[in-house]
Amino acid sequence: MDFNSNKSIYLQICDSICEKIMSGELGPDSRIPSVRDYGAEIGVNPNTVMRSYEKLTNDGIIYNKRGIGYFISPDAKDIVLQRSRKEFLEEEVPRIIKKMKLLGLVPSEIFS
Amino acid sequence: MIEINDLGFSYGQNPVLKNISMKLEEGKIYGLLGENGVGKTTLLTLLCGLKKPQKGCIDIDGYNPYDRKPSFLANQYYLSDEVAAVNMKAIDYARNYGKFWEKFDMGKFLEIMKVFENDPEQKMNRMSCGQLKKTWISFALACNTRYIFMDEPTNGLDIPSKAQFRKAVTKYTSEDSTLVISTHQVRDLENIIDPIIILDRQDVLLNATVEEISEKLYFDYSNEKIEGALYSEMTPGGCVQVLINTGSEESKVNIEALFNTVHLHKELVKGMFAK
Repeated sequence: MDFNSNKSIYLQICDSICEKIMSGELGPDSRIPSVRDYGAEIGVNPNTVMRSYEKLTNDGIIYNKRGIGYFISPDAKDIVLQRSRKEFLEEEVPRIIKKMKLLGLVPSEIFS
Repeated sequence: MIEINDLGFSYGQNPVLKNISMKLEEGKIYGLLGENGVGKTTLLTLLCGLKKPQKGCIDIDGYNPYDRKPSFLANQYYLSDEVAAVNMKAIDYARNYGKFWEKFDMGKFLEIMKVFENDPEQKMNRMSCGQLKKTWISFALACNTRYIFMDEPTNGLDIPSKAQFRKAVTKYTSEDSTLVISTHQVRDLENIIDPIIILDRQDVLLNATVEEISEKLYFDYSNEKIEGALYSEMTPGGCVQVLINTGSEESKVNIEALFNTVHLHKELVKGMFAK
């Protein structure tokens, strides 16, 4: 995985799992790798991956079956979609507007 | 758990470690950072019982490392920066010497050698520097010890091997093992080491998890100059600035910038992270 963004690594791992949920690569009730296996796959400390899994669990996106592993929640996609829309509107849109002003572009030139 | 209390060590008239105190918890991969000559290797050799503390003490699960009790030594492995080119095939070395560690796992040794694309049938004195290092790393991890101390393990490794090293370290250490890895190659190990220890001449400047660091310090990668930044560094893509984190947002910790910040503001940082 390429960690280029400026977000902390544990959040980037969350984002990457959420993207896979949105694209449908990870469907409801599908299993995700263990903390250690996923850490090995992407070259990240297992404790960091654990933090990501804890956050996703608290957010209701994944759930833990004790002794078996972590799975995608049935309504994960809805939760992720809502959150991503909110994030897009609150974080990315202002950045786009700022850039458009900088470049002297008006919405009609971009959105037809 | 490792408890270091007021540890001191000098080479003749030259003091290296002075008043070092810290605790290392189990199940973590510690990164031990510090400028040349601050005593990283000395600290590692003290931890594994190769040297005797001249002042203070080290307690590892109730053991004093320098007593070198077999039951303690069987549960730890020290991988030195310079490794021996033994006149033996790697597999024979592992077979003969693995016996000293009760949990040594031959299958695991061969598996890690495979991850590194290393041939176990090759004689160790015929290997390149990197291949030799990878053989020793494989051996160290296959010993399945509670404590693994590694001194600059990624020195001499080629580019693909560095990713393989990260994989091996996360996959082949058990959950309760504690690793202490000293390194200058922070980029090789950026997402692996957590907590981070920064050692300074005769002092511990920082011993904190990445979570604690990103709660207290904010790493800004935008192009806007920020007043009051503790540290800033130009990079081709803009600049990295380190600030005191006043909000709740966590940014990506850049270890090189962290290291330089800590060195510029020793007392401030020590105060911020004092527990």
